Amino acid sequence: MKSYLLFALKRLVQFVAVVICGCSVAFFVSHLSPISPVDTIIAQVTGRSVADPAAVQEMRRTLSELFGLDVPLWQQYLNFLLHLFTLDFGPSLMAFPTPAMSLIRIALPWTVGLLTVAVIITWVIGNVAGGLAGYFQNSKLLRAFGIIAIGIQPIPYYVVAFLFVIIFGFLWPVLPISGGFAMNVTPGWSWQFALSVIQYSILPAGALVVVGIGTWFLGMRALVSNIISEDYVTYAELAGVPQGRIVGSYVIRNALVPQLTSLAMSLGGIFSGTVITEQVFTYPGLGSLLVNAVNNGDTGVVLAISCISIISVAGAIFIIDLLHPLIDPRVRAE
Amino acid sequence: MFSVFRDLIRYNAEFAIGLVLVGLVVILAALSFVSPVDPTAVYRAPLDQPPSLQYLFGTNSRGQDMFWQLAFAFRNTLSFGVMVAIFSRIVAILVGLVAGYVGGWVDRVLMFINDIFVAIPIFPILILFYFVMRANSNAVLLALLMAGFGWPYDARLIRSVALGLRFREFSRQAVFAGMSPVKIMFHEHLPYVMPIIFATAMANMIWAIGLEVTLAVLGFTNLNIPTVGTTLYWANNHSSLVVGTWWWIALPVAIVVIMFVGLFLLAVSLNEYIDPRSRLRRMGA
Amino acid sequence: MTDILSVQDLKAYYLMNYFGVRREVRAVDGVTLSIGRNEVYGIAGESSSGKTSLIKVLAAAIRPPLRIVGGSALYRFTTGDIDIARASRDELDAIRWRNLSYIMQGSMSVLNPLRKVGRIFEDFASRPLGLSGAAFRQRVAQHLERLKLNPNIMNAYPHELSGGMRQRVTIGLATVCNPEFIIADEPTTALDVVVQKDVLGLIKDLQTSMGSSIIFVTHDMAVHANIADRIGIIYAGRLVEEAPTKTLFTAPKHPYTAHLVASLPRIGDTGQRPALEGRPPNLADPPAGCRFHPRCPLVIDKCKTEVPPLETVGPGQRSACWRWRDVQPIAPQRPRVMETVK
Repeated sequence: MKSYLLFALKRLVQFVAVVICGCSVAFFVSHLSPISPVDTIIAQVTGRSVADPAAVQEMRRTLSELFGLDVPLWQQYLNFLLHLFTLDFGPSLMAFPTPAMSLIRIALPWTVGLLTVAVIITWVIGNVAGGLAGYFQNSKLLRAFGIIAIGIQPIPYYVVAFLFVIIFGFLWPVLPISGGFAMNVTPGWSWQFALSVIQYSILPAGALVVVGIGTWFLGMRALVSNIISEDYVTYAELAGVPQGRIVGSYVIRNALVPQLTSLAMSLGGIFSGTVITEQVFTYPGLGSLLVNAVNNGDTGVVLAISCISIISVAGAIFIIDLLHPLIDPRVRAE
Repeated sequence: MFSVFRDLIRYNAEFAIGLVLVGLVVILAALSFVSPVDPTAVYRAPLDQPPSLQYLFGTNSRGQDMFWQLAFAFRNTLSFGVMVAIFSRIVAILVGLVAGYVGGWVDRVLMFINDIFVAIPIFPILILFYFVMRANSNAVLLALLMAGFGWPYDARLIRSVALGLRFREFSRQAVFAGMSPVKIMFHEHLPYVMPIIFATAMANMIWAIGLEVTLAVLGFTNLNIPTVGTTLYWANNHSSLVVGTWWWIALPVAIVVIMFVGLFLLAVSLNEYIDPRSRLRRMGA
Repeated sequence: MTDILSVQDLKAYYLMNYFGVRREVRAVDGVTLSIGRNEVYGIAGESSSGKTSLIKVLAAAIRPPLRIVGGSALYRFTTGDIDIARASRDELDAIRWRNLSYIMQGSMSVLNPLRKVGRIFEDFASRPLGLSGAAFRQRVAQHLERLKLNPNIMNAYPHELSGGMRQRVTIGLATVCNPEFIIADEPTTALDVVVQKDVLGLIKDLQTSMGSSIIFVTHDMAVHANIADRIGIIYAGRLVEEAPTKTLFTAPKHPYTAHLVASLPRIGDTGQRPALEGRPPNLADPPAGCRFHPRCPLVIDKCKTEVPPLETVGPGQRSACWRWRDVQPIAPQRPRVMETVK
C-alpha cells in the first residue's frame, strides 16, 4: 500500500508541474497579442458617443485594474499563477463584466459529457472489435470491418463532422445538427430535458465515435496479432484451454494494458477533436465558446479555455496513471 | 533498396494502392509549378461554373479556376505536412536517442518534458498562436509550432528502442573501443530506428495536415494562401452547398480523403513489412 | 504390451509462398519410431535438426506454414486411439492435457503475467480433470506439495516467484492431470546445473509414480544419459539412430552419434576432442542420399546417392548408415602442446 501512495504522490507532483508549465506557456503566448482588451472596450464606448477625456482616462484606469494590466508583466504572471489555483481568470470581454470562468463553467459540462461518453464508447467497442479481429484473422466480417476502418481512420475530425452535417442536415434530416437541446425545452433536472440532450448529442458523439473507433480498432488488432504469438498464448492453445477464456483473459486482457497507456497519450488529441466537432454542430461546449472568443478578440476567455483544457487533460492522464497499477500487477511491484 | 520497393509494389496490395493514391495527389500538386494562373487572384474567371472541358474542376464563387486552385492548395498543404514531419522527426530522434542511450537524470528530465507536451492539448495553443499572429501567420512558423507538439509520441517509441539497444553486445563493444556517445548514437543506433521514423513520418503528416485543414476551415490562418483548408473555408463562407456549387467542397474533400487514405496505407504497409513477425505471418499461412 | 505411440513415416514440411518464391522446408522427413508405456525416450539433435518441429507435430501444436504432408502418429490411450495426422479438432481437444501434455521451454514466458497461478491452473486443468471449486483447489494443492511448492503460491502472480519455482509450477501444470504421455521440450536448458539436477529428479519421480511415458528433447547428451531409457538421434529431419541409453553411449552405430557421444567430457580427460567439419544442412535443399554424407568421416560413393534405411542393427538398436558395422566409439586424442611463437 505504501508503495502505491508514493507512486500516487509522484504522479501528483507531475500533474501539478504539467499544469503550471502548460498554463505558463499559454499565458506568455496570449500576452504577445497586440490587442488590448482595455482599448477595445474604450473604442466600443467612445465610438458611440463623444466622451469627456477625463472620464475616458478614469475608465481606462479602472479597466486596466480590472483586467490586471496595470502592473508590469512579471507581476501579472505571478498574479496569474496565484489566481490559477482558484481558477480565476478575470473578466471576459465579450460578456463584460461576467468573469471568463463563468462562461466556461456553463460550457464545460457539455464538453466533458460529450467527450466522456464518446471516448468510452469508442475505446470499448474499438478495442473489443480489434481484439477479435486480431485473434480471428480469417473472419470475413472482421476483415471487412478492418478495411472500412482503414478507410475512415485518417480522415480528420472536421471533415467527418462536416460530412455528418451534410448527410443528416440536408440529405436525411432525422437528427438535429445544431445546438445542445431543443429550443422549447427548459434546462433543468427533468426527463424531457435529459431526452432532449441525448437527442442533440447523438450526431456530435456519432462523429467522434466514427473518427475514433478506427484508430483503436487498428491499434488493438496490431497489438493482438503480436500477442497471439507470445509463449503463454501458444501454450494455452496447445493445452486446450477453452477459446473464450484465451481470447478474454490471455489476449485482450493483456492488450488492454498498453492500450490504456495509449488512451492517456491520445487524450490531448481527442480533446482537440471534440472541440472542433462541437464547433461544427454549434454544440454549446468549449469549442463554440473558443471560436466566439477568438472572433471577438477576447484574450481572457481564450487563455482561460486553454488552461482549463490543460488541467482537464492532465487530470484525466493523472487518473489513468493511478489506475495503471491496478490493472497490471507487474507495475505494482516497482 | 529498389528491389525492396519493386517487391513491395508487386506483392503488397496495400503498398501499391497507397503509392498510387498518393502519387495522384502529388502529380496534381506538381502541376501547380506550370500553372498559368496566379493562385491569389480573384474574380478572373466566370463565377460558379460546373466542371467542364474548359474548367476541369469548375470555378468557384470567387471567380477562380478550381483546377489550378486545388493544384496550389495541395502543393502548399503537402509541403506543409512534409515540413512538419521533418521538423518533428529531428526532435523526436534527438530526444529519443539521447534519452534512451544516456539514461539517468537526462532521461528523466527529457521524459518529464515529453509528458508535459503530451498533456497539453494542441488545439487551444494553435488558436492562441493565430490570435496573436493574425494575418501575419506564416506557414513555416506554424509548421515549427506543430512540430513542437508532434514529437512526444514518437520520441517515446525511439527511446524504448534505444533502451533496448544500449544493452546489446555491439553497443558495449563500441563503448569499450572508445567510441564517443554521439558516434554510437548516430552511427550504430540510428539505423535501427530509421524504419520507425519512416512509418511514423506518414502518420505525422496525416496529423499535421488534418490540423492545418481544421484551423484553416475555421478561418484561423492566413486566408490568402490557397491550401486545402482555406479552400473549404471560402466554400463555407460563400455557402457553396446552398448556392449549388457542390464541386467547390466535394472535390477538395474527395482528393483530401484520397490523400489521407493513400498516406495511411503506405504507413501501414511499411510498418508491416518492417516488422519481421508480420512478415513471417504473411508467408504461406 | 502395446506401445503408447507409433509414428509411421511422418512427414511435416514448412510450405511457404512469399513474394512469388516457393519454399519447402522439409523439417520432418519420414520419421518412424515407437514409444512404450512407462518409458522415457530422449530425442537428441542439433538446432535446426527438425526435432522441435517433430515434437510440435506429436503435440498436435502445429500452425501453418508447418503442415503434415504424410505418414501418421498414432496414440493408444486408455480412453481410445487417436491419429494426430487425421484427428478432428474436437477429438484433439478431448485428449489435450488429459492424456497428452507438454512441458515447454522457458518457464518465464509460458505463464500469463496478468493471471494468478491458481487461476492459470484452473484455465488449464479444470476441464480435463472435471473438477471445480474447492475440490479442484485441493487437488492442485496436493499436487503442488508433491513438487515441494507451498500451496499459497496459487495466490501469487508469476513474476512474484523465483525462476526455479516457476519451472516447478510449469512442470506441475503439465502433470496435474496425470497424463499418460508427456512431451518435454528442453525443460532444463537455460537452468544452472544445481537447479537442473533438481528438476530432472522431479520429472523422473513424477514419471515413475504416474507411470507416464515421456519424450524428452534436449541437445545436452549428459541430460539424456541421466534420464532417458532409450534415445533417438535426429539429423536433418530424419531419425538416424535409436538405441537403449547405455548401448548408445558405449556402442554407437552411426558416425554422427559417435561424435555427439564423444563430445561429452569425462573426468580425467585431458585430450582434445575432434569436431565435426561443416554445418548442418539447409532443410529447404538437403543433400541427396544420406544427409550426413558431406560431413561424414566414413563416407563412400553409395552414401551420396542412396538414402540408407533405418534398420535394426542390434537388440533394440536401429541405425541409418550404410557402414554401421565400421562405426567405432571415438577415443579422445593425445593432448597437444601449444607451441609458442617467438
